[in-house]
Amino acid sequence: MEAYLDNSATTKAFDEVIEVVARTMTQDYGNPSSMHHKGVVAENYVKEAQKRIAATLKAEPKEILLTSGGTESDNMAIIGTARAMCRRGKHIITTSIEHPAVLNTCAYLEKEGFEVTYLGVDAQGRVSLKDLEEAIRPDTILVSMMLVNNEIGTMQPVAEAGELIKKINKDIVFHVDAVQGYGKLQINPKKMGIDLMSVSGHKIHGPKGIGFLYIRNGVRIVPINYGGGQQNGLRSGTLNVPGIAGLGLAAEKIYKNLDEETSKMRELRNYFIKEITSRLEDTYINGVTDDESKCAPHIISLSIKGVRAEVVLHALEEKEIYVSSGSACATNNPHVSATLKAIGLDSSLLDSTIRISMSVFTTKEQIDYTIEQLCEIIPMLRRFARR
Amino acid sequence: MHYHAFVIKYAEIGIKGKNRYIFEDALVKQIERVLKNVEGTFNVTKVSGRVYLEAKDYDFDETVAALQTVFGITGICPTVCVSRDGDGKLPDPAGISKKVIEFVDGVYPDKHKTFKVKCRRVDKSYPKDSQEMDRDLGSDILDAFPEMKVDVHNPDILINVEIREQLNIFSEIIPGPGGMPTGSAGKAMLLLSGGIDSPVAGYMVAKRGVEIEAVYFNAPPYTSERAKQKVIDLAGVVAKYTGRVKLHVINFTDIQMYIYEKCPHDELTIIMRRYMMRIAQMLALNTGCSGLVTGESIGQVASQTMESLLCTNAVVDKMPVYRPVIAFDKQDIVDISLKIDAYETSILPYEDCCTIFVAKHPVTKPRIDIIEHHENNLAERIDQMIKTAIDTDEIIEIVK
Repeated sequence: MEAYLDNSATTKAFDEVIEVVARTMTQDYGNPSSMHHKGVVAENYVKEAQKRIAATLKAEPKEILLTSGGTESDNMAIIGTARAMCRRGKHIITTSIEHPAVLNTCAYLEKEGFEVTYLGVDAQGRVSLKDLEEAIRPDTILVSMMLVNNEIGTMQPVAEAGELIKKINKDIVFHVDAVQGYGKLQINPKKMGIDLMSVSGHKIHGPKGIGFLYIRNGVRIVPINYGGGQQNGLRSGTLNVPGIAGLGLAAEKIYKNLDEETSKMRELRNYFIKEITSRLEDTYINGVTDDESKCAPHIISLSIKGVRAEVVLHALEEKEIYVSSGSACATNNPHVSATLKAIGLDSSLLDSTIRISMSVFTTKEQIDYTIEQLCEIIPMLRRFARR
Repeated sequence: MHYHAFVIKYAEIGIKGKNRYIFEDALVKQIERVLKNVEGTFNVTKVSGRVYLEAKDYDFDETVAALQTVFGITGICPTVCVSRDGDGKLPDPAGISKKVIEFVDGVYPDKHKTFKVKCRRVDKSYPKDSQEMDRDLGSDILDAFPEMKVDVHNPDILINVEIREQLNIFSEIIPGPGGMPTGSAGKAMLLLSGGIDSPVAGYMVAKRGVEIEAVYFNAPPYTSERAKQKVIDLAGVVAKYTGRVKLHVINFTDIQMYIYEKCPHDELTIIMRRYMMRIAQMLALNTGCSGLVTGESIGQVASQTMESLLCTNAVVDKMPVYRPVIAFDKQDIVDISLKIDAYETSILPYEDCCTIFVAKHPVTKPRIDIIEHHENNLAERIDQMIKTAIDTDEIIEIVK
């Protein structure tokens, strides 16, 4: 049995997505900027996609800026805001467990003369609102906070943070990296005080190389690339129509049965955690296990004492079970996970943590199979632990 | 200047007496091989101790780069060739002078240079001897290009004029890799780990004309698919020069685990290496190899002290172990690795079978009697495990 459980790295595309991608490459392949009929047809795919995406957020289509994915959206949001607001202030607040797309963009801005405050997190990976409140200064221009952590699945108190920020200073821009949260949680940016929000297509069964940045009406950012002036000059470059059409369809589809699908994932998550921690000694779940309102339904961070994550990963791979060690975005990176360090994970477990992440395609059978295999493999690997 | 021919220089092959043709034929074969992947029409010929390459509709840089991967070539000389006429005659001295002046004019637009003419008259029937030709051609060039100056000791341009089966004029000698053409020696089994040293060792032995087979010890799930791909890529670096490398991937996990369970931990690496050598020798015997090649270098790590080398060497009893980098400093090995484009691949951070389970303080002065004694702990199952490992050998052919 194959069990693909690395859905936080990427997901399998929906069949309908594949169809529309193919259609926009074989029949309706026009350039949306062209004046003729082919161009109009292509443009309609883009408009339709924006409409579909907007509907999932109770937003307006013109608030959806199409990008190449999560990393570009994060870059645009942070650099675009910093450049637009730099005369008002040069202070940015973020958290210490953000994705590298946020952390490294902030590091770049530090070199450019901005000051960045990195909020710490508690043992579950949550930021404290009190810390946030204390960090806000008169020259703060931007707060960037992820909705769901990609390694441990912990949710940040985004709605509360949004309310707090706007109460202190409504001019502070609030950016949320929702790459792991969109398609798993109901999000209403306006109600949550979100000004900018990054989303990636391939994490919700859409194509790779496509994503969007939600930009609330009235929020101004400066473009970070220049060219033909597409998308109101905010992001030049011929629109990726196949990707956009696929993304729109994936967004609509994932939100159609969202509550039903995510409660299924939650059940599987709870089941897996209960089984593994009771059947395998010295295994620990990182992040939140006791409060469903504080964790994503699909991510499980599992520390297994006495084995190396990479070895577990390859051993599972032999059984056609695919998981990740730490965060897949950080592979080949010799540094240990910043998130796991930030939550104060015991140093002996830093290198012994795997991530299991589910999707709508994940079945109970796959989870059972994975539990069985882990219960077989782990005791064997522990026998040969590095002395 | 657009050349239509190259003189291919080779050094040591020239000394090989009656076996010389074997080496020259191998060289021609290798040149033809690398040029297959280069656009253009090429013709390689062997004429009385010279290898010529005629080239039409070709890219100069690409061709030279390809030739620089042919072991045995010491120099690549872009050459103007003039054939004999219908009566078998070469141009007269005035005709040669005209050709040489055309050559200088075409190759060196800027004439503010010093030069020297070096003539070699192989065809002794030609009316003027080498010294006369040098003198006369020099003076003709000076007449044609008054800006040029003669410098017989350290000229900017050395104009070679060869009077042999044909007339050859060349001035540039682009260095080749040297060594001996692949296929002119035997075959050896390289122990390829994925580090910096073993691909360099393979390259160095291959450079002496030796065909290379390689063995990699894979330890899934402790090593990954990417680690294996890395070794395949490194074997490809050697194959770029030799044309092909047959890579044997041996699943070593069970043997490694067995050693880990039964033997003292600080001796793990040394015992493991002894079994790798044993298996490599068996594979070598099965495949007609007459030696093993390793990237060992004295004192580099615990398993490469002289005492450790004594222990690993002791299990190879039917063939020599060639260790071309044995006395090299690490930096010298890195320099070669960079030169052959292996370095970037070698430093990819994937674990190989030598780093997993390594003891914090491995023995540095193992004693062979003690090691042998501990290997007795493995008597029950090890022979069967070795047999299984060899029977399940995965062979990957890398052809360039």
